[in-house]
Amino acid sequence: MTPGPLLAVEGLSVSIGGAQIIRQLSFRVDAGEIVGLAGASGSGKSMTALAIMRLLPPRARLSGAVHLNGAAITTKSEAELQGVRGRDIGMVFQEPMTALNPLMQIGDQVAETVLLHGAAGRRQANVLAREALDAVGLEGEAGALNRYPHELSGGQRQRVAIAIAVVLRPALLIADEPTTALDVIAQAHILTLLRKLVAERRMGLILVSHDLAVIARVAHRLMVMNDGKIVEERALDGEGPAQIRRSLRHLRHPYTRALLAAAELPVKRAAAAADATAAGEDIAPPVLEVRGLIREYRRSRRSLWHARTAFRAVDDVSLNLRAGENVGLVGESGSGKSSLLRAILALDRPQGGEVRLLGELFSTATGPRLKRLRRSIQVVFQDPYGSFDPQWSVERLIAEPYHLMDAPPGAAERRRRVAVVLEQVGLAAADGLRYPHEFSGGQRQRIAIARALITEPAVIAFDEAVSALDVLVRAQILELLGELSQRLKLAYLFVSHDLNVVRAIADRVYVMLKGRIVEHGPTAELFSSPQHEYTRALIAASPQINPASR
Amino acid sequence: MTDLPRRGVGFAVGAALTCGFIAMAIVAQFWTPYDPGILDIVDKLHAPDRHHWFGTDQLGRDVLSMIMAGARKSVGVALLSVAIGVSVGVPAGLVAAARGGAADEIIMRGNDVIFAFPSLLLAILITAVFGPGAVIAVIAIGIFNIPVFARVTRGGALGLWTRDYTLAARVAGKGWALISAEHILPNLLGLLLVQGTIQFSLGVLAEASLAYVGLGAQPPTPSWGRMLNDAQTLTALSPSLALYPGCAVLLFVLGLNLLGDGLRSRWNR
Repeated sequence: MTPGPLLAVEGLSVSIGGAQIIRQLSFRVDAGEIVGLAGASGSGKSMTALAIMRLLPPRARLSGAVHLNGAAITTKSEAELQGVRGRDIGMVFQEPMTALNPLMQIGDQVAETVLLHGAAGRRQANVLAREALDAVGLEGEAGALNRYPHELSGGQRQRVAIAIAVVLRPALLIADEPTTALDVIAQAHILTLLRKLVAERRMGLILVSHDLAVIARVAHRLMVMNDGKIVEERALDGEGPAQIRRSLRHLRHPYTRALLAAAELPVKRAAAAADATAAGEDIAPPVLEVRGLIREYRRSRRSLWHARTAFRAVDDVSLNLRAGENVGLVGESGSGKSSLLRAILALDRPQGGEVRLLGELFSTATGPRLKRLRRSIQVVFQDPYGSFDPQWSVERLIAEPYHLMDAPPGAAERRRRVAVVLEQVGLAAADGLRYPHEFSGGQRQRIAIARALITEPAVIAFDEAVSALDVLVRAQILELLGELSQRLKLAYLFVSHDLNVVRAIADRVYVMLKGRIVEHGPTAELFSSPQHEYTRALIAASPQINPASR
Repeated sequence: MTDLPRRGVGFAVGAALTCGFIAMAIVAQFWTPYDPGILDIVDKLHAPDRHHWFGTDQLGRDVLSMIMAGARKSVGVALLSVAIGVSVGVPAGLVAAARGGAADEIIMRGNDVIFAFPSLLLAILITAVFGPGAVIAVIAIGIFNIPVFARVTRGGALGLWTRDYTLAARVAGKGWALISAEHILPNLLGLLLVQGTIQFSLGVLAEASLAYVGLGAQPPTPSWGRMLNDAQTLTALSPSLALYPGCAVLLFVLGLNLLGDGLRSRWNR
């Protein structure tokens, strides 16, 4: 007798208030199998995960059948379902901070799941919690059981969340974007851990992600969702990246192809970039030069008797940008990238070193000179929602940097120039009259770029400017940026934790670790033969679909 | 979603009551059925009828006219005291949030000092020293609105200062004062409107309280608080005399609070 599938979903449909979110979905998951569920935001992939757990919003209507180990889940009562959730099906969410109770020690949080299901007594629950934390790789941590979530890093918190999900050895684990909030190194560790747990325990795993590269790294089978339906399903057999690449290349559905093309960002043409750098090095002086920059934050006193100490977020950093050159700055969260950027933008005063813009001292400039120099460096921030005053029209927002001009253009001229930059970023002149809330995230990022262009700067700094965007939109924005840089001879300082993005846009890359630049060089060189061990770790951790171009 | 209509009813009732009383105050500025200052001892303690809808008091004054004139006083004092609180408290809160450090400490500790005094007691002290009267009442109530508005403004502004658009404005070369005026204050208006409504209702109550103990507007200016005090001695003879000004204070304050709550829930959505 052949065993049936672990999870069988048949004709699952979900609608909320008349809108059909999931349409007639059928699939199965076997024990020990990792199924990757991919799709852009709004494709219904997260709703599918919630529907299996029956954790839908109250007004959602569900039809179809879900069987776990042959038993129907869809007909169970809420009380019975509470027994299933956490015991038979575990779940891990995207945000590791909000998934944990900040006031509870992590050992107790893991044990709580055991106690809630009445699976063991207090003493036995603690033993199980200990085992689960060992299994997720927190065994090396002295006293890990007694620590609070805020004492852990994002990756460690996600491990705790996984420990809670697997402590009762569920048959099925559902992970919804479990690594999206983490940096690349933590992401690689979590993916390895999930793969190991599945292999050891013969669990089924549904891995929901918008990132095909993440799924390609661990999944046995890929399902692509669009508009509530599975549009593509394919086995990713074999462990070798070459096979995965081959099987992904056979993906046929146009939507999948778009998703794949977007995730597989083209590497910046190294030849053209190298020419520009080589030619530039002889003639052009750097447009932006940072020398020995130090940025310290004062820590609060430990007590009245302790002297104030300082935390050095940026430690003796030097870098330069030539006209028209695109430079990447990579590093994990907390490496000091944002502090460095704020100091470069003269938003914070550095404690040492200097920033020169177009040959002039920028970091200590004041008054009219600071205002004049500011025209030459503008910025695009990460959050497309927080970057704009919601009460201002797009035209007024884009024209805000005109404050830097000694003689700002009049209303008619202002409108004309705003229309020009709006068209440069692929929006319509008429969009100037609208308000930010009327635009999508990608369109807002275009508006932010338009705002940065209005003073015709020599340098634009990007602080994780595409990290908050959907993969499809991200590819479009990167294409736009490359084109603008070429046409307007713009230099970019591109700060990101995502190596794939940096590789797609940068001619040269600086790698930052703990406030210091540990390595820098032309992009192709740095990626093909990284010298510093941290760079090597970053590159190895970065998920790839197209290994040949690594 | 389901409790939306209920919330809407509260908001509508609050808005209607508030508008009604403010309209009454505006009308009283130009016209009242009778002159509330004119005594007519012959017609004293009249029961309500066609000529005097709310009857007359112990000196024969028309109660409806007095309620209307009292509304004018009440709205005037509360409005001016809120204006004092806003005009000093909001700039103080904006500066505290924008500058931080020593400026923040000085402003907020100054607020704490004002907060440390029981407000009504100090208002009584001020009126006792400077003599009773509407102007003194306005100032006494207004002073206690300052720290309220300063705190609300500072709290809201601190949140807005973490938004990237304030950073973008700094990159556009704008200083803290300009950013506060262009980006912070306009985004706080809803919050301040809600707080203003609530302080307005407290101002109405405070004005009535001061007048009740004889430290508000002086005779012959009518005021709800003093009408209540006058009616107190006559409760046995004519209980309805206390009812009218009492209900006026109750309904106006209730209306303002419902309006404030409604505005708050609309703002938070």
